Amino acid sequence: MTALTLIEAINLALREELARDERVVLLGQDIGRKGGVFGVTRGLQADFGPLRVMDTPIAEVGIAGMAIGAALCGLRPVAEFQFADYLHPAFDQIVNEAATISYRSNGAWRCPAVFRAPCGAGVHGGLYHSQSVEAYYAHVPGLKVVVPATPEDARGLLKSAVRDDAPVVFLEHKGSYRRERQEVSAAETLVPLGEARLDRAGRDATVLTYGIGVHWARAAAAAVAGEGIDVEILDLRTVHPLDREAIARSVARTSRAVVVHEANRTLGVGAELAAFLADELFESLDAPVRRVAARDCHVPYAASQEGAIVPGAAEVAAALRDVAAY
Amino acid sequence: MSPEAPGAGPAPAAPEAPQDLFRLQGWYRTMLLARAVDELMWVVGAQGKAHFVLTSRGHEAAQVGAAAALRAGWDYVFTYYRSMAVALQLGVSAEDIFLSVLARRDDPFAGGRQLPNHISVPRLRLPTGSSSVGTHIPHATGAGYAARVLGQDFVAVAFFGDGATAKGDFHEALTIAGIWKLPVVFICENNGLAISVPTHLESPAPIHLKGAGYGMPGVLVDGCDPLAVYRAVAAAAARARAGEGPTLIEAEVVRLVAHSNADDQSVYRSADELAGARARDPLPRLRRRLVAAGTAETLLGSWEAEARASAEAALEAAERAPEPAAADARRHLYPEPAADVAGAPAAEAGA
Repeated sequence: MTALTLIEAINLALREELARDERVVLLGQDIGRKGGVFGVTRGLQADFGPLRVMDTPIAEVGIAGMAIGAALCGLRPVAEFQFADYLHPAFDQIVNEAATISYRSNGAWRCPAVFRAPCGAGVHGGLYHSQSVEAYYAHVPGLKVVVPATPEDARGLLKSAVRDDAPVVFLEHKGSYRRERQEVSAAETLVPLGEARLDRAGRDATVLTYGIGVHWARAAAAAVAGEGIDVEILDLRTVHPLDREAIARSVARTSRAVVVHEANRTLGVGAELAAFLADELFESLDAPVRRVAARDCHVPYAASQEGAIVPGAAEVAAALRDVAAY
Repeated sequence: MSPEAPGAGPAPAAPEAPQDLFRLQGWYRTMLLARAVDELMWVVGAQGKAHFVLTSRGHEAAQVGAAAALRAGWDYVFTYYRSMAVALQLGVSAEDIFLSVLARRDDPFAGGRQLPNHISVPRLRLPTGSSSVGTHIPHATGAGYAARVLGQDFVAVAFFGDGATAKGDFHEALTIAGIWKLPVVFICENNGLAISVPTHLESPAPIHLKGAGYGMPGVLVDGCDPLAVYRAVAAAAARARAGEGPTLIEAEVVRLVAHSNADDQSVYRSADELAGARARDPLPRLRRRLVAAGTAETLLGSWEAEARASAEAALEAAERAPEPAAADARRHLYPEPAADVAGAPAAEAGA
């Protein structure tokens, strides 16, 4: 048993998959000699060589397109994009190409590629190193979208993503990279894509969230526990497909739901979750579904302004008090 | 179109070598079939039986010559929506083409989901492509990379038009392929038009000259001469297999009809320009060459009749095929477990 940060857990997952299957390759800018801007791929090129752990030019279309072509030939590429903000140039390749390959060939071809990127604010990265992009990809049939919250999940989910025959967008919140250390098992564990995890059991309200939102929810649950509000936290882990059964099961029991994400509120993943609860659990709800999300804005560099846009544990706690008192 | 333009000249006076004549005869028959299928596609389009028609008319010599230089089912060939003659040369049938034109259930490329001529056949290593221009060029780079990783000697080939060379996809694909000397052959079929936009408004320099900027040879070839294209592609594929890296080939072809059945080219092409294109039509030109080399008129005539009959029979067979079931409209959004792959169900293969 070793206690790892989320960065180290992803590094371990990549190392294990590279060692297990010669078809697994990593592509991306600065992932080789430098080991990635956050050190996620540190040491992998030294151990697996410059071909299988390839330093590419700053060419996001080329990186994504190359991963897709290699996947069509039987490789299992993991493409790293330096920031989720820079997935946008590759949007066409991921959405028009990777996502449609199985469908448009009537099941004859597969595209088992993973597109990894650090996402999220809180590191004073300004407009172009802070974005939360999961909703864009969750809107597209054919993709799977994963946002891990904990080191052990990050490892198990990434290993499943590498082995999945569908293209996977794998988003790692920078705020979770070095947030905690967690024991990960010596034996390899796969976490299935599309299954939520009960992070904390509670009776009075459910927080539906993923990624950094899980950490905000934990702090908020601790804050309101003394006020007699017993909070359940459901870590969705996979944003697409959603584990609708687990969501319905939890909210049917607690009768109150708060949806939390760092991405902008309007048409975010939370909008779908709220609509789902309205459609399926209207009669079980004892309070309106509240959303905690960014205030529909770009993420500014100045700390005073960034804090005014991006929510956190305090906003989650306020929403919990609100639904509990309704 | 100047009289000096490639393809406009007379048939070569020198006698063909016997092996070349044999090849040219076979290619002529494939080109005839491609032309006959192309002409019938426009008919079914006008009849309203096909919603969309995309043409390869005028590109046949370049496509057949290039495809003949490849190893069908071994080299990965990334095609685009004009690549019908590439597909026929590599082993796709005319019936397969019409099944896609008519969007039938048994369309082997897409089950009726994609526009016509979006070629996709796993057994022939013809990967599925989209309708977007040039997005498959980096896929070919990725396939060349896969050859290197797997230690296999397949070559990746991308076919695309002149319009695609203005896209960032082209630039990024050739940049990476050039850096890593990947086994890729990039084949640009330059017909002088991106729908209506002429070459001088698409590219500030001749396309083949761009190869130098990516550290690879740029080869200009007469795309109306199948043997010239065959030799250029065979040399590039040999170079790729030898580990010497990619090649950019520009094959000058003609577009004899409109971009698609939704396009009226009379708006932007003069009668003179069209006459110039027709003068370079690769089929009559190859016919003259075969006659000059001693091929009997009666034999040529029988091949021409045979191509038309084959295309018509293929269309009739495709018309008998059922429509795709509406209930299957959402099938295959995600890969299904590969029960049909011997010994490798998806879960097990991934475990």
